[in-house]
Amino acid sequence: MSRADVLEADTGRRTNPLWSLGLLRSELVTTVRRWRTLALLGVLAAVPVLVGIAVRIETRGGGSAGGGSGEGPAFITQITNNGLFLVFTALAATLPFFLPMAVGVVAGDAIAGEAGAGTLRYLLVAPAGRTRLLLTKYATVLAFCLLATLVVAVSALIVGALLFPMGELTTISGTRISFAEGLGRALLIALVVAASLVGVAALGLFVSTLTNSGIAAMATTVGLVITVQIVDQIPQLHALQPYLFSHYWLSFADLMRDPVYWDDLVRNLGLQGLYAVVFGSAAWARFTAKDISA
Amino acid sequence: MDAPSAARPGQGDVPASVIATRGLTKRYRGGQLAVDGLDLTVPAGSVFGFLGPNGSGKTTTIRMLMGLIEPTAGTARVLGRPMPRSARTVLPQVGALIEGPALYGFLSGRDNLLRYDAADPTADPRTRRARVAAALDRVGLAAAAGKKAKAYSLGMKQRLGLAAALLQPRRLLVLDEPTNGLDPQGMREIRTLIRELAADGTTVFLSSHLLDEIEQVCTHAAVMAQGRLVTQGAVADLAAGARGRLVVSTPDGAETARVLKELGVGDVSADGDRVTGEPPERDLAEVTAALVTAGVRVRGLTVERASLEDAFVALTGEGFDVAG
Repeated sequence: MSRADVLEADTGRRTNPLWSLGLLRSELVTTVRRWRTLALLGVLAAVPVLVGIAVRIETRGGGSAGGGSGEGPAFITQITNNGLFLVFTALAATLPFFLPMAVGVVAGDAIAGEAGAGTLRYLLVAPAGRTRLLLTKYATVLAFCLLATLVVAVSALIVGALLFPMGELTTISGTRISFAEGLGRALLIALVVAASLVGVAALGLFVSTLTNSGIAAMATTVGLVITVQIVDQIPQLHALQPYLFSHYWLSFADLMRDPVYWDDLVRNLGLQGLYAVVFGSAAWARFTAKDISA
Repeated sequence: MDAPSAARPGQGDVPASVIATRGLTKRYRGGQLAVDGLDLTVPAGSVFGFLGPNGSGKTTTIRMLMGLIEPTAGTARVLGRPMPRSARTVLPQVGALIEGPALYGFLSGRDNLLRYDAADPTADPRTRRARVAAALDRVGLAAAAGKKAKAYSLGMKQRLGLAAALLQPRRLLVLDEPTNGLDPQGMREIRTLIRELAADGTTVFLSSHLLDEIEQVCTHAAVMAQGRLVTQGAVADLAAGARGRLVVSTPDGAETARVLKELGVGDVSADGDRVTGEPPERDLAEVTAALVTAGVRVRGLTVERASLEDAFVALTGEGFDVAG
């Protein structure tokens, strides 16, 4: 009889492995109940409303929106024909900055915020277990990536349906697909956009294990997101660019080709997986060996 | 067959000490030695007072015991198992209040406890609400359970922190300054609670800078100064180490001092109506008789027991100030 059995017999406490999931549920609820999270989601929901209204006002005279300025997928010109394109436009508009910023704030705050408030020590003596707590935090940040993307997509879908006609749509390749299939592709694109944030989430979580200040971790993560976007625009650094987490982000537009062009999509997902493994391991190594003195 | 038994030394024996450290040392990265070769033994069933000025290494010790900080050298055993390695099996049986309460201000008191309870993988979710309600009731917070924690006073936060330590039946409670921020009535309630818990068989490890608090509730105590353990043992023994004082209350101060000196009482000092000296070897009744025979009017005569504070000053040679 091992000592563990003795102790459990002493307290008469039987445990169930499923009880471990209680922490995940608590973490999800706690994250969503923070006013900061709600404010971020509110900003994200407002972006499609602004884009939709702007396009509506600009095209009231019968002109076409957008100048085909060449940057990013040219979905915006199609919105007046089909409201569903507002979903693609809104995701393309929020993916470079608003979405990673929101994820960076939530991920950066994940560990550092609890350390700063002192609640981390009580979670650890509960005992949450360091690996379990870190996994729970990462799962919660990933859930937030999905939630944030869906908020943009659903808000865009509602605004698009209210302001513009809906129906069959034309793909980038020029073929026509039914509205139902268009909806399916929109959902798929939302999932790919959410998956594009996996790398930022892991990076933010790692930064979060380095400091006891939630604000510092959030600022650092958001700063890194901006820096990487700038580096991705400098032609002289093109050798680095395929390794930047944002490099293949806009490849989600390839899902609107017919047939779908998979190469960059797969590269994007692979790169996100790489970031998750590298920075996830770094976060684990750091957090499990850290002295909790706050 | 050697390796597994070597990995679990002392397996099978019931731990008589709930906390046992050997040469426990923590040196922070700056080179500062916070805890230096600590050999601490907390007997099972005791209410153990952990005393020391601010900066003497108490909190660092508690953090090492709770597995939050890795020791630089030495070992720490809690409930007979090594920390921090056995945190998963030890900590569910330990309730802790470390360096004051820490709460989620945007959650209600009840939701704070629900969250801390959810963090414990051995806590049954089916009984969670009932246990949280019982813990809130026990610390007198039932009426304020629905209020957001940021609206709590310091005393209420302290009570909520205590409630978090009482969510499950515990074998050990580690309470760092548990009466901090409480009014005298609240302090009395918490001390009563600690005595109740100790009567149920829970070992209580209580750090405090209030010597009279330790004296009132603790059976054992340890004193730390500058990272080192100065002494540990039963409170009665510690206090006995410092001698008490003979105190005579009288309107005839000068005359009393003269008589006491004639009787061979050492270190006599008169301070108005109060004359004190080292307690004499002879029977106090003889002292009284001698004073009365000399015509001294005596209001009272007693030997005041040495306080833990006297013992502390005698041991550390310093007051209860911040270590430099």
